[in-house]
Amino acid sequence: MSVNIQLGVPTQPEPEDRPDAVVGKSQGRLIFERFLQNRISVVSLVLFVLVIVFAFSATGFGPIPGWWKHSFTSLNAQAGAPSLSLWPFSLGDHPFGQNRIGVDYFALVMRGIQNSVIVMLVIGGLGTVVGTVIGAIAGYYRGWVDAVLMRITDVFIVIPAIVIGAVVGQTAGSSGLGVWVLSILLALVSWMSIARLVRAEFLSLREREFVEAARVAGASDMRIIFKHILPNAVGVVIVSATLLAASAILLETGLSYLGYGIRPPESSLGLLISDNQSAFSTRPWLYWWPALFIVGLALLVNFVGDGLRDAFDPRQKRFKRRKMREITDTVAKRS
Amino acid sequence: MASFILRRIAVSVLILLAASFIMYVLAANSGDPLRDLRGGNPATEAQLIAARTAALDLDVPAPLRWFLWLGGAAQCLIPFANSCDLGLTLNNAEVATILPSAMLSTLQLVTVATLSAILLGVVVGIVTALRQYSGFDLTITFVSFFLFSLPSFLVAVLLKEFIAIGFNNFLQQGGAIPAVTVIVIAIVAGLIWQVLIGGPLRRRLTVFAISAVATGVVLGYMAVSEWFQNPGLGPVGILVGVAVVAIVTTLLVSGLGNRRALTTAGISAALAFVAYFALQGLFDISSVWTLLFVFLATVVVGLAIGWLLGGPDRGQSMRAGAITIGVSMVLVFLDRFMQSWPDYVNSSRINGRPIATIGSQTPGFNGDVWLTGIDSFTHLLLPTIALLLISFAQYTRYARAGLLEVLNQDYIRTARAKGLPERTVVMRHAFRNMLIPIATIVATDVGALLGGAVITERVFAISGMGNLFATSLGRTDLNPVMGYFLVIAIVAITFNFLADLAYAALDPRVRVR
Repeated sequence: MSVNIQLGVPTQPEPEDRPDAVVGKSQGRLIFERFLQNRISVVSLVLFVLVIVFAFSATGFGPIPGWWKHSFTSLNAQAGAPSLSLWPFSLGDHPFGQNRIGVDYFALVMRGIQNSVIVMLVIGGLGTVVGTVIGAIAGYYRGWVDAVLMRITDVFIVIPAIVIGAVVGQTAGSSGLGVWVLSILLALVSWMSIARLVRAEFLSLREREFVEAARVAGASDMRIIFKHILPNAVGVVIVSATLLAASAILLETGLSYLGYGIRPPESSLGLLISDNQSAFSTRPWLYWWPALFIVGLALLVNFVGDGLRDAFDPRQKRFKRRKMREITDTVAKRS
Repeated sequence: MASFILRRIAVSVLILLAASFIMYVLAANSGDPLRDLRGGNPATEAQLIAARTAALDLDVPAPLRWFLWLGGAAQCLIPFANSCDLGLTLNNAEVATILPSAMLSTLQLVTVATLSAILLGVVVGIVTALRQYSGFDLTITFVSFFLFSLPSFLVAVLLKEFIAIGFNNFLQQGGAIPAVTVIVIAIVAGLIWQVLIGGPLRRRLTVFAISAVATGVVLGYMAVSEWFQNPGLGPVGILVGVAVVAIVTTLLVSGLGNRRALTTAGISAALAFVAYFALQGLFDISSVWTLLFVFLATVVVGLAIGWLLGGPDRGQSMRAGAITIGVSMVLVFLDRFMQSWPDYVNSSRINGRPIATIGSQTPGFNGDVWLTGIDSFTHLLLPTIALLLISFAQYTRYARAGLLEVLNQDYIRTARAKGLPERTVVMRHAFRNMLIPIATIVATDVGALLGGAVITERVFAISGMGNLFATSLGRTDLNPVMGYFLVIAIVAITFNFLADLAYAALDPRVRVR
């Protein structure tokens, strides 16, 4: 609740009108500006958004039809090689070519990007939320709550991501559920690293004076956690969320490649590679297009994450240093 | 301490139980273990289904079946009883007998990859940290970002297409390198070296010229003399090699100013050179164990020389001697392997296309230790590179970040302020402290090794643990999946525990409680 204090003073000149005014900047504004200074990250973010918009609009999403003329399931007369030419620029009928049964490869790749991005965003988003809540509660309450939650984390962390992903993917896939169920299930088993990082952050933040002040002022636990501590830990959360998203796209493509992720007739970038790797010498484009987009998407997300890390932590311009310290911290605290 | 360890073990056992239960139920519900029997010959179908159901207790619901499985697995705890019962596969094979061979293939694959990734990663990481924001640093940063974003199956397919087929074609066409390629490689090598050495422009230009010309000459010689058909270092190569090893080792371990260490390294190198001639006869009849023994014996000799000549600072000389003679012996072994290369390539099973893309050995290929060694090498080369690239990127980042962090510490400033040479500051003060966090990461990584290479093993058709898991899961073959899980979980938990202990032992600021 904000309180409006009305003074009987007529409208004052705005501070910005004075040339010598120093405009106060919020923390978020500072971080945003630092992020903008990192040109590679900004370009990556823009490109990433463009690729997503392009892929989702091309083949359509849900009930909305896309603008691309071919669908990713319909068979066409077989022509083969890509008709895309850059100079003079023309798309042709099948810019990315066709696969061996004549399906338009552009539509398949766009659909694949769509599915991979959905998995990535759901894992990145849901995994982060679950991890943050568990880490926050464990770090804030300490004691037996912490012990129980961290042991549960240990239970999941014992199983390598690809293994539990494969089991979950196999379960989701064989029961014929779609990409959404797959990604939600995968998200439920990939929150562990974030939970640990957030817990470590909470353990140190909860001892700070402003938390003490809030408690003395009578704030409830939930209010302290979400209003006082979490905003201070948001850097860790966002940075690890991007890292999680980047690894999620590799997890999804890897699982689909093994046959435990997205199944045909749906399309996925890993699935396309797995289907077409034997045709590498005869139809290399079937391999190169999905490869290009897997590496491209993961690279873009990694660059955005790097820019965010620098923006949230101006003292440490160097890559991974913060993460490194957190890893050693968690190792030290765990023991 | 004892209570810490006991508590930790108790917790680990509980974690293992809970994780295995989750894994069991999830895997059991992931598909239908009778799928391959359904829709077969109606006369035998019911009978086969009944047989498998009885053998695998499929009529018991999964959460209860877990207790049956656990009862069998618990028998592994009885020492020397050899009564491990991890259940049967769908093909009625004992899981407990499949696992060891799978583990062996995996270990064979991942050990070399991990060791070289750690070594390369740490070295490159240190160099990039020392040359922070140089062209080399930025390039490596970009490359490691790229490698982070590269799924292993992509790398694997590319390696198969380009390295394997390309190199085999290159060998079959007579091993000629076009002049343009030689020049390009020489220029690239020169560029890399001048960035690594650094310094003022003049020095950089000199370094660039020397290294580019040297690379060009060596490559040109290799092409002209058909080196790739008949590789070998020869006495001259060995001599140059051991001399370089001796000087570089001394430079890093103690600095060339330390005459005692330099002498030790020199004598060790000379001994290795003598061994090159003396041991060729022994090599022809060697087994793996002889070679291992020879290697360890020479390292002990290196240590002894250092101890005898070391004077007041024995440690440095001993290290210089042991490292020099060890690396030199590796060169000697390498030369012997190269001598067997033509025999291997021209053998009837290989037919001049040595680099394999599938499996971990040529079926039906027999030979002495050198030939089978080359056979493993050509089969494991590509999967090793695929595994290496990804962990290499990781270790480079860790090492670089770790060294930069350490170099900003006050004690480094103190060391510099009191006038220690840069080599001592980096190698003795910074490097050792940087290794502490790396050691814990290595321990955790080694723990994940046994199960890690699911995709790589699948692509290269190596019948290791990862492949066992992936194939079994595809058929909902529960027992091998659980056997796999049991092994990797136990190893992971053990190594995490060791990592914590190592961290506490290496860093006195951390205390276990």
